[in-house]
Amino acid sequence: MKVARDARAIACGLNRTGFVAFPPTSAFRECFPLAGAVVLLWCRAMTKGIPPSSFAGEKLVCIRGERVVFTQLDFRLTNGEALLLLGPNGSGKSSLLRVMAGLLKPADGHLAWNGAPVTDDREGHSARIHYVGHHDAIKPVLSVLENLRFWARLHDPRTGDRTAVTALERMGLERLAEVPGKMLSAGQKRRLNLARLLAAPAPVWLLDEPSVALDRASVKVLEAVIAEHRAGGGMVALSTHADVDLSGARELHLDHFAAAPGVVTGIWA
Amino acid sequence: MKRLIEIIRRDLRLALRQGSDSVMVVTFFVLTVILFPFGIGPEANILERVSPGVLWVTALLASMLSLDRLFQADYEDGSLELLALTPTALEILVIGKVAAHWLTTGLPLMIAAPVLAVLLHMNGDGFVALLVTMLLGTPTLSLIGAMGAALVLGARRGGVLLSLLVLPLYIPVLIFGVGAIDSAVQGLDYSAQLLLLGGILLAALPLAPLAAAAALRQALE
Repeated sequence: MKVARDARAIACGLNRTGFVAFPPTSAFRECFPLAGAVVLLWCRAMTKGIPPSSFAGEKLVCIRGERVVFTQLDFRLTNGEALLLLGPNGSGKSSLLRVMAGLLKPADGHLAWNGAPVTDDREGHSARIHYVGHHDAIKPVLSVLENLRFWARLHDPRTGDRTAVTALERMGLERLAEVPGKMLSAGQKRRLNLARLLAAPAPVWLLDEPSVALDRASVKVLEAVIAEHRAGGGMVALSTHADVDLSGARELHLDHFAAAPGVVTGIWA
Repeated sequence: MKRLIEIIRRDLRLALRQGSDSVMVVTFFVLTVILFPFGIGPEANILERVSPGVLWVTALLASMLSLDRLFQADYEDGSLELLALTPTALEILVIGKVAAHWLTTGLPLMIAAPVLAVLLHMNGDGFVALLVTMLLGTPTLSLIGAMGAALVLGARRGGVLLSLLVLPLYIPVLIFGVGAIDSAVQGLDYSAQLLLLGGILLAALPLAPLAAAAALRQALE
């Protein structure tokens, strides 16, 4: 509504200046299309909900122990995009997701958000991402709702109970809300961990094999949730061995970035 | 700030529901102190002479018992990764965890200490000094302990390594804690020892969380 009102106000201004000083000077004639373009871009950004942004990595090198896991790896994510990480075991899918999250420091290269290095603003970067790793981080003595509410409030202290309950409903856990974490099956724990994504919104989701232990129906829910997130302008990076349907996702084959055996790369070169 | 309160609340709730740690710490403290009259003999003057040292050494060992679980559980179930990815400084979250640790172990020790002091025939003048030194000393023990617990995270036989790391750092707290009570029992001024204990606490308050958070980040790599 606000956008429409602003656009009308600008249009009125155009009429008025046209009326007062007709014919308009050449400077005016050049300015108006430019202003129109700016307004149009702004409108598009507003309707998407999340301002246009990009998350990119350049020339990333990851070394675990003495072994170069991947080298010279570039990636780029913009609004609504998904990145599917593929490759055999040990090719560095999890390591790349941990580098993206900021848990692991790359041996070389850098990560940038809208062109600015993420190391300049660690807390800002943490606020933008949700990381789902191999562990589900569920306390056995806390109830399902308490577990979820704690993580959601830690991410965003303003999260209300209602948001947490809605997230549980979406993941099909609403009937288990009062059940302690130790009673959950592996698949239910994974669904509870994924409910964090919905309970406190963040534009970038980093999912490390999210479909492990999920049944077929839950994978469908996960696919739908990811699709909604992307439609709202969010970004997803996901590693998987199973079939997760991500329409239009870009594929990143990590084995293409492996260092040749015996070749010293990265900072040691 | 809200996140700090949130993590203290979670850790207190976990401690209440699991219940084992603080009960174990206080039980160890009480039982060990009760052993001393049996070992040394019931003479009141000897017990009174050793009571400050016995209470402080036992409290120190008791508070160390629960240290290895301080970060271990969060490390094992993946919570520590998510805590490190919280949009706030990890140091703040460490302070929250230390505060919860003190509330569940240091505070019960402080409450149990005067009762045990009666058992050891401690002079009435020493009671106030005992309480004040405990109040200033036990948070320092939790802070230094958190630093050690973060450093041994992921190591095998972490418990033994932890005591080797942490006990030498506990010595100043022990010396000034016992010194203050001794002075109080003899009717002397003990404000110097209290100031030193307070100084150690004030130094540990920013330094220990910094060191612990750095060690935790290292453990997560």
